[in-house]
Amino acid sequence: MHIVVCIKQVPDSAQIRVHPVTNTIMRQGVPTIINPYDLFALEEALRLRDKFGGEVTVLTMGPPMAEDSLRRALTYGADRAVLLTDRFFAGSDTLATSFALATAIARISEVYGKPEIVFTGKQTIDGDTAQVGPGIAKRLDLLQLTYVSKIGKLDLDGGSIEVERRAEGGVQVLKTRLPVLITMLEGTNDMRRGSMKDALRAARAEVVKWGAKDAGIEDMTKCGLRGSPTVVKRVFAPGGRTDKAEFITFTDKTPIEFGDELVEAIFKRQPAVEDDLIKHAHEFAAY
Amino acid sequence: MTQPPKPAAPAAAGRGNMKAELSDHFKQYKHVWVFIEQERGVVHPVSFELLGEARKLADKLGVEVAGVVCGAPGEATKMAAAEAFCYGADVVYLCEDPVLEHYRNEPYTKAMTDIVNTYKPEILLLGATTLGRDLAGSVATTLATGLTADCTELAVDADKSLGATRPTFGGSLLCTIYTLNYRPQMATIRPRVMAMPPRVDKPIGRIIEHRLDMAEDNIITKVLAFLPDRDSNKSNLAYADVVVAGGMGLGSPENFQLVKRLASTIGAEYGCSRPVVQKGWLTADRQIGQTGKTIRPKLYICAGISGAIQHRVGVEGADMIVAINTDKNAPIFEIAHVGIVADALKVLPALTEAFRRRLSPHNRDKLAS
Ligand SMILES: Cc1cc2nc3c(=O)[nH]c(=O)nc-3n(C[C@H](O)[C@H](O)[C@H](O)COP(=O)(O)OP(=O)(O)OC[C@H]3O[C@@H](n4cnc5c(N)ncnc54)[C@H](O)[C@@H]3O)c2cc1C
Ligand SMILES: Nc1ncnc2c1ncn2[C@@H]1O[C@H](COP(=O)(O)O)[C@@H](O)[C@H]1O
Repeated sequence: MHIVVCIKQVPDSAQIRVHPVTNTIMRQGVPTIINPYDLFALEEALRLRDKFGGEVTVLTMGPPMAEDSLRRALTYGADRAVLLTDRFFAGSDTLATSFALATAIARISEVYGKPEIVFTGKQTIDGDTAQVGPGIAKRLDLLQLTYVSKIGKLDLDGGSIEVERRAEGGVQVLKTRLPVLITMLEGTNDMRRGSMKDALRAARAEVVKWGAKDAGIEDMTKCGLRGSPTVVKRVFAPGGRTDKAEFITFTDKTPIEFGDELVEAIFKRQPAVEDDLIKHAHEFAAY
Repeated sequence: MTQPPKPAAPAAAGRGNMKAELSDHFKQYKHVWVFIEQERGVVHPVSFELLGEARKLADKLGVEVAGVVCGAPGEATKMAAAEAFCYGADVVYLCEDPVLEHYRNEPYTKAMTDIVNTYKPEILLLGATTLGRDLAGSVATTLATGLTADCTELAVDADKSLGATRPTFGGSLLCTIYTLNYRPQMATIRPRVMAMPPRVDKPIGRIIEHRLDMAEDNIITKVLAFLPDRDSNKSNLAYADVVVAGGMGLGSPENFQLVKRLASTIGAEYGCSRPVVQKGWLTADRQIGQTGKTIRPKLYICAGISGAIQHRVGVEGADMIVAINTDKNAPIFEIAHVGIVADALKVLPALTEAFRRRLSPHNRDKLAS
């Protein structure tokens, strides 16, 4: 079988700092990583390949340096890597991103075989929209299974798949037809370490690099800023509250004095809470 | 949503002068719609919160608020429509069909896109739930319009376009996004980000029925089963009136007992910051913040939480915040109403005891007399 996994290279947001004066992002020196959510998708794809045979192709759209993430995916055991990179893609929103990725996947189908499954992560940590997966599915006319927590029966000959997906208030068990697009929920598996053999192979492997034209994109107006219906007008730092906190000291009192003073301060500001607590007091805690 | 806040985002601010140039076709798009998320007649509260927000936007635009209700034919679905009126809808678009009994992407996407194409709203809001996010992405792509995910604030500009504000760059900044030249302008909003409007008893108003042309045979995805979450496992953090939370400052998973004990003493839900989940001290459904739950309690007590921006965006809707932290410069004090600069391991037991005394029936009688 053939599986395509979409991964994105993102700045490690834990290490992003905002310039205190200009409110702009300080990117210098911020390391990049594979979007952590995408690793669950990649690992799931590798497991399916190990079980059923076939190939895993990883795909990313990004600047040339996004090749790093693809190589990393190869060390984990992916078979092939495709980098979609073109200045026309700069400034893409989710609609333009999913257009470019969907077109590239169609091209991958022609060149390397039609995938039974396309995987994406649940969401990215920088865009954080969870919309690119559904966007790709719609454009390729694939059935979509989002927030999948478990892949059940996969019948390649019959062309069907059963999955469990996280829904509001429970888990839906769904059966559908291949090919599908699956967005994988986090915490569903642990990424393997990757073998020595894969590491050696990854170091030498060729990453396929496609510009917009190579990927079969003809309509440039659907790419990048021009192809993005949304426009970012303003980026700003969130403001704090203007009134300052009332501080209650602890050290100069006995715990009892302190506790009473704090409870009094809470109830004074929030009388409704006192009423609620008293009303429900009999429902909890045995006094 | 604007996808890669790569260099593009700040640079794109230069396009801020771009004016909306709506085509004549899109000028017909009017009114503010809310997708009413319901299963078995139970409406997700986020839909009511969005009706409240839709009302504010509609008043500014001088237009109507509509709810879209999809479901199986019958009482349950009609009840959901009736409720939408009580929370402020002027109109309900009602699509009843057996294929809509359980949520599935295919029939729901078709229902929504058909109704939008027929009745043309200028704004369409959905809850950022698993269902809402699954649906919104498909609908926006089908309609080829803009979608801003997980907004924290909505506003109507002078030129009547929708400004949707959301966290970006891992939550360290906010950005305001517009869908200038396409309609509808779509946004998803997480539960509890918007305030719940009051419910007012109202008779059923104008209902516009929509027929979905779809047979079960044409729908490929089948629901084999639904396994409801066990209630005992489920935290009700998002809708709790009182929440007690702890962070890394507690030092160890054992010390979390202090948080749980305070919570159980006052009948509160308990939660935590993200690293606590990453360490495995608590499960992910207890995480509060940008990548966890948004809460709006009347009282939020947090101990040993620094107050990083990703945590703050999840708690700023609280009516009152009490923060306990050893560091007087911790950012949490910027949003706290009452602050205690001291060791949480000492403060929590003292506070628990004080609540216990205050709430014991004996003392209450004494206070009342
Ligand atoms: C993309 C992204 C998403 C994120 N999403 C979330 C999210 O949803 N929710 C979230 O919470 N975080 C989130 N984070 C993480 C966030 O940035 C912070 O790292 C995190 O909130 C810090 O948790 P903390 O305050 O418990 O720990 P720390 O930052 O380690 O703070 C511990 C605090 O405890 C205080 N302390 C120490 N000892 C004591 C004591 N004995 N008594 C009292 N106080 C004490 C310290 O002064 C300090 O302020 C996210 C980060 C990223 C990059
Ligand atoms: N530029 C990109 N290249 C490859 N995959 C992407 C890209 N952007 C998003 N994705 C995929 O789409 C998923 C959802 O992303 P998002 O909508 O940004 O939250 C991610 O987990 C990735 O799998």
